[in-house]
Amino acid sequence: MIENKKAHKFGMVIDLDKCTGCGACMVSCMAENNVPFKEDESNKKDSITWMRVYRLTNGKSFPETQIAYIPRPCQHCGGIGDHGHSPCVSVCPATATDYGYDTGIVSQIYTRCFGCRYCMGACPYHARYFNWWDPKWPEGMENYLSPNVSPRMRGVVEKCSFCYHRYQLAREQAIVEDREIEEMEYQTACTTACPAGAIVFGDLNNPAHKVHQIVKPDPHPDPLNHKVVGKSRNPKVFRLLERLGTNTKVYYMSDREWVRKAGDNYLKGEWENVKTHHGASSSHG
Amino acid sequence: MKIDRRSFLGLGLGAAAGIALSPVGVKLTDDSSIWTQNWPWTPVPEDGEITYDRSVCSLCPGACGISVRKINGRPVKIEGLDDYPINNGGACLHGISGLQYLYDPARIKTPLKKTGNKFEKISWDEAIALVAQTLGKIRESGTPESLGLITGADSGSMAQLFARFMDAFGSPNTYTMPSLESNLALTAAALHGADRRLGFDLDHSDFILSFGAALIEGWGAPVACIQANASRCERKAKLVQVDYRLSNTANTADKIIAVKPGTEADLALGLCAVLLTKAQISTGRLFGDVNKFAFATMVVKEYTPAKVEAITGVKAADIEALAMEFIKAKAPVAVPGKGRGDVGQSLREFAAVQTLNALAGRLNKEGGVFVMGPADYLNFPENVMDEVAEKGAGKDQLAGSVNELVDTLEKNGGLSALFIYNANPCYVLSNPEKVKAAMDKVGFKVSFSSFMDETALRSDVILPASIFLERLEDVVSGAGLAKTVVGLCRPMVKPVFDTKHPGDALILLAQAMGHSIAQSFAWESYDSCLGEVAEKIWENLSGDGYVVIDDRPPAGTPATDFSFLASGPKAAEVMGEGDYTLVPVDKMRLAGGSMASSPFAVKTVSDKVISGKYSVVEINPATAGALKDGDVAVLKTAMGTAKVKIGFNEGIMPGVIGMPRGLGHAFNNPYVAGKGVNVNDLIGPVIEPGSGLDAAFGVKATLSKA
Repeated sequence: MIENKKAHKFGMVIDLDKCTGCGACMVSCMAENNVPFKEDESNKKDSITWMRVYRLTNGKSFPETQIAYIPRPCQHCGGIGDHGHSPCVSVCPATATDYGYDTGIVSQIYTRCFGCRYCMGACPYHARYFNWWDPKWPEGMENYLSPNVSPRMRGVVEKCSFCYHRYQLAREQAIVEDREIEEMEYQTACTTACPAGAIVFGDLNNPAHKVHQIVKPDPHPDPLNHKVVGKSRNPKVFRLLERLGTNTKVYYMSDREWVRKAGDNYLKGEWENVKTHHGASSSHG
Repeated sequence: MKIDRRSFLGLGLGAAAGIALSPVGVKLTDDSSIWTQNWPWTPVPEDGEITYDRSVCSLCPGACGISVRKINGRPVKIEGLDDYPINNGGACLHGISGLQYLYDPARIKTPLKKTGNKFEKISWDEAIALVAQTLGKIRESGTPESLGLITGADSGSMAQLFARFMDAFGSPNTYTMPSLESNLALTAAALHGADRRLGFDLDHSDFILSFGAALIEGWGAPVACIQANASRCERKAKLVQVDYRLSNTANTADKIIAVKPGTEADLALGLCAVLLTKAQISTGRLFGDVNKFAFATMVVKEYTPAKVEAITGVKAADIEALAMEFIKAKAPVAVPGKGRGDVGQSLREFAAVQTLNALAGRLNKEGGVFVMGPADYLNFPENVMDEVAEKGAGKDQLAGSVNELVDTLEKNGGLSALFIYNANPCYVLSNPEKVKAAMDKVGFKVSFSSFMDETALRSDVILPASIFLERLEDVVSGAGLAKTVVGLCRPMVKPVFDTKHPGDALILLAQAMGHSIAQSFAWESYDSCLGEVAEKIWENLSGDGYVVIDDRPPAGTPATDFSFLASGPKAAEVMGEGDYTLVPVDKMRLAGGSMASSPFAVKTVSDKVISGKYSVVEINPATAGALKDGDVAVLKTAMGTAKVKIGFNEGIMPGVIGMPRGLGHAFNNPYVAGKGVNVNDLIGPVIEPGSGLDAAFGVKATLSKA
């Protein structure tokens, strides 16, 4: 039975002023999704971390220095108008990565992937990782692997799935009980782990959800590029490389202007313009 | 037959059509894709029913409630337990990776005995008999006091069981590894009387003055502190961080007071002096306090803002302003213990900060410091002590602290046997080489470790302990938390290896020794012992999984004894020479104590902390000289030399080198050990007179290009 329901659009907003850089989200993600580990993980280019916490500073000297930690899961780009033209989906020759119109989640199907890595080149966020080696667990440690996420093999690309298996589990339960999924029923592993409560996850299309209330996504065209890209109408909220029009579903929030400015590469004088236009279309909403 | 153009094309087209229509091609393609996608070497985790079980994590003193997700009874994920009174659903990265400890390559799988330089597997019966026999001989020789115990646990039934064994055996020589908990207990003992604990009510304070405490990097109960900090931000309560580098805690603070490393105590005393002069806190207000006049006279004279400016580098006007802001806040609290508050701390500093709380009238007030009694919920039966035990237990301790014990042992020996439980002194204490030399002076070392760590490697017999996921235990919150919660840690799986609950090992051992010791340990097992001694709260503890003993400010204001500070203790000298001061840096993602980090935790660590085999040290580019970011350099101190990588960091005071703690492990776990340098190798202990603490917060160092 398929009903014509309004599609979900799952997304998150991360409060960068609350994030302490503790790393709980990274480990929770690895434990949830059977992410393997190697003896040396200090070369971050081949270290598979679906969720990675970047560290930025304002460049000033002590004691004026400030740090911002930026947790970076897959941004789940929807493209302009949420038509599913994510940078990675557009280039995948194997349809191994696809856009879920009912959830807004960008999938990754390991058994379809043949490792061409076009998607990695296309992703502006370095959110995708290639398995250069087969995963290897020390003797006995495979015992803690979860059956909900298949372990990957050498030669395929992997990335954050917004813990899609958790969505499936919640959806099945909801279908059995003939009701909608509750907000707290489907939460990603990083969200539940964050001890600082910096991550808020939910349905961006559902005005009752906290994430919608914080982000207030704009259904109207962006005044800067005249495209519908779900820009936040909250002046403290921004996205990474927002002007690419990737229309990501991971929003960031900060009171600090230098942090918001660090979300994109602005030329001299450009930021002033963006800053004043930020949330300018709120009169529509 | 002649093949002409026509028949050639016809044949070709026919063949093409045949292949296209035949299922063989499709079948072959399908088969090959299935075949190439059969990855027999990739594990296929067994599926089954999902269940959740609750327990308590005892990896650190935080004692968080955890929820363990299981598939057909097989644990697959650890998460924070919702509504648990300490962590309220939150978890830290070490707790979440708890399952990696279960299958850790460095786990000790059976009892072991050292023969020559090698460990040999033995059975539990043999191991217990061997230890009982050796200890029996020591008792027969009439020197039961020559059995020592080094332990990390400070509270709960396991700590009391070990204490009971030592008593029944007849030895006063129990030593606790330095921890925030033990340092706070020492401070409370010096200022407010014995057997007290200090709890900081961060949840209700509107002005937290932290003397370098890494509140969101593992200080105290890590998750509770991170949550307290998050709620502080929402409440717009202020955090002022006294620090010499931009720790993550300093980064969330509203204000940073930059001090020279090791001068935090002087700043605290300077603030006390301002309160006594400017804020007109009459010494008469300090009713019932001891030596208040002597302290007031001393501090007002010796710690004037001008003098303190010269020591700490904080401007006199800023010191005065900070003191006034502190006293004028509604619910201020001063928090001691730089970093995680465990190693490299001094009583002088802890006492100075606590005195600030006392002067500001913040003892036993909401949002202040709670001076709490012991978590009194266990009732052990009377210990049976024979004549030997009475005589031995009445003797003087060999040393005043674990640091002094190391000194004494290394110089003169003095112990013939040593138990080590929940501790890794050969890694955690300053100058581990000396600790190892001291260990070598002890004839017979028995380790109750779960992992083959630096200390277990040096033991003679190992009675391997089941880890927290495999055992029942009461876990008491502590570590600076302003409430007392007893949680029940429950076995989530049967022991994976041939290990035992350390309580069971101890009971077996006591029973094997016979006589009065066996009578003191007349339990069938640890589990039955716990049910009996915790009977008072057992119903709730086993039903709800936890019991909140107390979470309100204790009644009344405890008296403060100012004698220790009034005697004018001096700051510890910084050892060695050099242009730089090397200080250890505590990172949330690296465990620094007796428990090593997990592979997951190490994986999350930045390449600005670990780079291949190197530790990366933080240094301000302004004082890096000819060194460049990423250079390999030689770091030299009075204690040793190490090759490190240079990591430029604007967020550290010029002239200070910050080195991550928790690296340089040397045992068999390639995912965790063999990375970087143990910062303790480069720092020598500086023992503080009066407290026996190792007050070496850092060491002078030189840095040159390799």
